[in-house]
Formats: sequence, C-alpha cells, structure tokens
Amino acid sequence: MNLGYYPGCALHGSSNDYEQSLRACLGALDVTLAEIDDWICCGATSAHSLNHKLAIALPARNLALAGRQGLDEMFAPCPMCSMQLLRAGQAMASDPLLRQEISAMVEAEVPNGTRVLNLIQVFQRVGLEKLKGAVKTPLKDLKPACYYGCLLVRPPSVVDFDDAEQPQSMETIVTALGAKPVAWGSKTECCGAGMTMAKTETVLELSGRILANAVAHGANCLVVACPMCHVNLDMKQGEAAAFLGTKFELPVYYLSDIVGMALGLSANQLGVDRHFVVVGGAN
Amino acid sequence: METTSGAEPAIPQVESLSRTHLAECYQCGKCTAGCPVAERMDIPPTRLIRLLQLGGGDSALRANSIWQCVSCQTCTTRCPKRVDCAAVMDALRQLAFERGLLPPAEQRTVLFQKAFLDNIRRHGRLNEIELIAAFKGAVFLRDRNLPFLFRDAGLAPQLAQRHKLHLVGEQARDRGVVARIFARATGANATNGGGR
Repeated sequence: MNLGYYPGCALHGSSNDYEQSLRACLGALDVTLAEIDDWICCGATSAHSLNHKLAIALPARNLALAGRQGLDEMFAPCPMCSMQLLRAGQAMASDPLLRQEISAMVEAEVPNGTRVLNLIQVFQRVGLEKLKGAVKTPLKDLKPACYYGCLLVRPPSVVDFDDAEQPQSMETIVTALGAKPVAWGSKTECCGAGMTMAKTETVLELSGRILANAVAHGANCLVVACPMCHVNLDMKQGEAAAFLGTKFELPVYYLSDIVGMALGLSANQLGVDRHFVVVGGAN
Repeated sequence: METTSGAEPAIPQVESLSRTHLAECYQCGKCTAGCPVAERMDIPPTRLIRLLQLGGGDSALRANSIWQCVSCQTCTTRCPKRVDCAAVMDALRQLAFERGLLPPAEQRTVLFQKAFLDNIRRHGRLNEIELIAAFKGAVFLRDRNLPFLFRDAGLAPQLAQRHKLHLVGEQARDRGVVARIFARATGANATNGGGR
C-alpha cells in the first residue's frame, strides 16, 4: 500500500521519534509513504486562534500540493494537522467561491474531496487479520490505557471517526496484538494540547489527571496517536506528577510503537528508547 | 448594547466566522459541564453564549475565557443544538486580536500564537528552537520575568540527548508563496490579523 504522507512540523521536529516509529512499523507492514513535496505547516492552533483565512489557506496549500502529485488521500499522523486539513477541505467543498478564492490565495488549484487518514485508520486499512498474522511477540503483559485525546474523535462533524465519547478503535487493534486494554475514564479528556509553552500549568493539571486516571484503572502504559499528547504525557510527566504532588512512571507509547513491538521490532528501531519515561526508569 | 468604538458590531461577525446561529442555544450548560478549563474562566462557555445573545459582544471579546480555551472541541461535540461553541471561541479570539482587545494577563498566550505564526511565515515549517527563543524573548520584554525565561532551559540537554533538538530547522523551499499567503490572509483580516 502506498499512501500520501503529510508529516507536519512536529514529526520533523522534537516528535521525530513518532516518525521513526511509524516508518519502522508501517515499513514492516509493506505500507510505503509518499511525502507531499514541499509541504508547509498547517497553522495549527495559532492560525485558527488568530486568523480565519490563514487557518483555511495553510492546510489548503497542502491539499493543492497533494493534488499536484496525483494524491487524492493523505495520511496525517498528527490529529491537529489532520483536523485542519479536513476542516479546510470541508469549508471549500460546501462553498465553490471560497475554493476559487483560496486557490488564488495559495497559487495552486485546491482539489475537492481529498481524504485524510489518521494513524488508526491506516492500521484499519492494513486490516486486523493481516496485523494478527504478522504478530511475532504477543503483548500479553501489556495493559494499555488507550488515549484518544481530542482531535482524533472531535468534533464528529469534522473528523467523522469512531465514537466521540467511547471510542474503541485503538482497543480493537491492541487486543488483536495480545494486549489487555483497561477500561478507564479519561480516554477523550484533553491533555492541554498546544498550550505546553504558553499555559504550562493548564497542561500539567490536565495531563496529570489523565495519567492519574490511567494508573487508578490498572494501566501499565498509555497508548497515543498524537505528537502533542505524547509531549504532554511523556516529556511533561515528571512535572505533571510534581504538580499533583505524586509520582508516575507510566511509559507512553505511540500506537505504532505498540504494533511495532508486537511485530518484533526493537525499542531502538522504533525510537522508544528516545522517550522520556522508559520502562524500568532507565532514562 | 455593543460599545466597541468605531468597530463593526462583533456579534454578526462571530456568527459568520463560526457559522453558528447563537439564538439556538437554550442554556442547557452541557458545554460548561464538559469544559476542562471552565473553572479557569471568568465567563464560562454557557454564559459567554448568553452574553452574546444579549448583545454583549464587547464584554465577550474582553473575557479571559477565550484565551483559557484549549480548543478541545468537547463543547461543540456535546451541544444538543449544534452551536459550534469552539468555533465561537475561535471567532472571538480572532476579533479580539484584530481589535487589540487582549486582557493583560492573557498576553503570554497571544505572544506565543504570534511567535508561532511569524515563524511559519518566514520558514514555511516550524523551527522549534527559534519559536521558543522568540516567545521567551517577547515575554521577557513585556514582564521581565527571569524565572520564566529560563524555565524550560533544563530540557534542552535532555532533548539533545534524545536527538530531538534541531539546531538548524527545516524550511519549505518555496517560502515566497508562504509569505504571499500570509500577506493575503492578513490583508483580508483588516488590521493586525496575522503573524506580524
């Protein structure tokens, strides 16, 4: 399977462990990635907070570049990017005049109907049977709390993926790999997202609550499919624990780490050894 | 009831930017009940929508709520009347920024968003080190807070050790088009709407 690929800034920045993980894991599943040539930032929270036009135009430029490459779908592993791409596409789908205006603005024809896939959808596309068949190391000791956060499932009018309140798609995948996901209460609570720098206390409080809830329900790790969630729950874990006056030692895996480990890939191949919280505290 | 001097009434603009009909809200309170940061807000989401219904656009634009919001989309998802509350928050932020109506205590968030956009405008892709330096520098110039300036400095060696620190950031090749997109978008937003 060959997929259009929009990495986004995080995966080419400090979340490069996520890109390493998904390239290793998807490579082992014969999924090849065709990166959008000369892609630009989607604008993220900063664009949609400050400038409405920019929040449509920046992702639209990427939709147009994908179209130039003949790609009518793309995999965006960051749910923020994913949502901005979907929103821009939808705003223009219902408004041909807007599409004309934005095409002129971004100096490229923005096509209609480009599909955008998140990481879970890529694994669904690979198929549960193929995943099961490829398992070399069943993850029988793993009790993950599958954490969806916000933008993988919300708002449903934009992302139209799984259930907004009780999603199960990650549980289905990790169960197929032999893991025993826990039932817990914070799977769609917000970690504080892009406020890590600007409003650190908000992030520490929200992320701390999520970590505490996962621990209280017997999880021995968290699984995420978002670079921002990983930063807040892994890199900020020590600070979040201190903020709540407690201690955590909960490894946070990208979903591609978990699948990769079941396929027999090593922590080093997946970049798991570059996380902040490493099993056994060996950081 | 709107008092913003000389500016267009905010409420029709909020409705058009957010594609939401504010009168739909019947004050059930689901948005506030699910909001992870409601207790940090001076005017929580339900009351903010009510304020807008009653014509209090100017007060809404000055509320700290709109800068506390983390855009988690829970309010929008749970609204039984399809009021896109998260989009209303975006619209209020955009208008407040455009009109320079920023609560002093919330300047830090705005400085971050501005530094982020300025970074993208110049490089096409985010340069994290430069963003942090620009943001911390701008905050320091405003409130001379030394602890904040160095607060995350300890992370740098830890990130470097994990090969997560890029001294030279990536850039898009066609940065000319990025700059033109920004110029067009900020022109379309009247005053200071972009990364300037």
